Amino acid sequence: MAAPNLHRFANPGQFLRLSGWLLPWLTAGGIVLTTVGLGWGLFLSPADWQQSDAVRIIYIHVPAAWLASAGYFGLAVCAVLSLIWRHPLADMAAAEIGPVGAGATALCLATGSLWGKPMWGAWWVWDARLTSMLVLLFLYLGHIALIRAFDNPERGYRAAAILALIGAVDLPVIKFSVEWWNTLHQPATFKFTAAPTMYQGMIWPLLLAAAGFSIGFGAIVTARLRAAVMERRIRGLMMARAQESV
Amino acid sequence: MTHLTYIIPAYGLAVVMILAYAIAARTRMARARTRLAAIDPRGRDPKRT
Repeated sequence: MAAPNLHRFANPGQFLRLSGWLLPWLTAGGIVLTTVGLGWGLFLSPADWQQSDAVRIIYIHVPAAWLASAGYFGLAVCAVLSLIWRHPLADMAAAEIGPVGAGATALCLATGSLWGKPMWGAWWVWDARLTSMLVLLFLYLGHIALIRAFDNPERGYRAAAILALIGAVDLPVIKFSVEWWNTLHQPATFKFTAAPTMYQGMIWPLLLAAAGFSIGFGAIVTARLRAAVMERRIRGLMMARAQESV
Repeated sequence: MTHLTYIIPAYGLAVVMILAYAIAARTRMARARTRLAAIDPRGRDPKRT
């Protein structure tokens, strides 16, 4: 029963109709929540007693880190949909998620570095959390490269899907690295099993920024996917014209 | 505010990155829509398909 339903939503025309309605809402939601979250975090939230104002980098660093992992989880889901169900949009979605997820990962690493220098006295340390995040960036870059590495796009999509599934092993390593090893990076503030230890006045702007980043990520990926669907249709029409003229 | 030399680059980088991705996606979508509208024999507006 699941496969026919999935394919109904995989219809490119259906996707264009649905995404055309959804995209303005995602864009508006992403802009409003990100602006409010970052504005609150930068100007209104309290400074940390120990880290002082440097703690304000958290409102970018943590949402970018969550997005980096969530984006890669999205790649793994697309890989499953592609390899098992041959979902027509899954490969295209993976190709569009990859560069945006890589950007989120790079932003997380760069802001982490900007936060680490005043707090730890170093731009970079080979800490388990930082290293596993760097591995995630390389996985994203490998995925982007693999998709474009073959003359036959189907082979590229398949190889990238396999890499996405294998690379998903890095996600729990990132999440639990601060518990499994002694790291310079602080332990997780948000846990599944315990209430957050963060001050309430910092939690709300962080959650708003995270929601804004996530919805904005969704908007950018949706816009890229819409463009990709239209480009594929253009290629199909051009091929048909070329064959007619032969 | 302390640590401005670290906070400003962090926020600036985030804003520039988000804008770059958003503008690139919007430009690519608009270009594809225009090209498709020009060659699609059905003459449909891709926004409504």
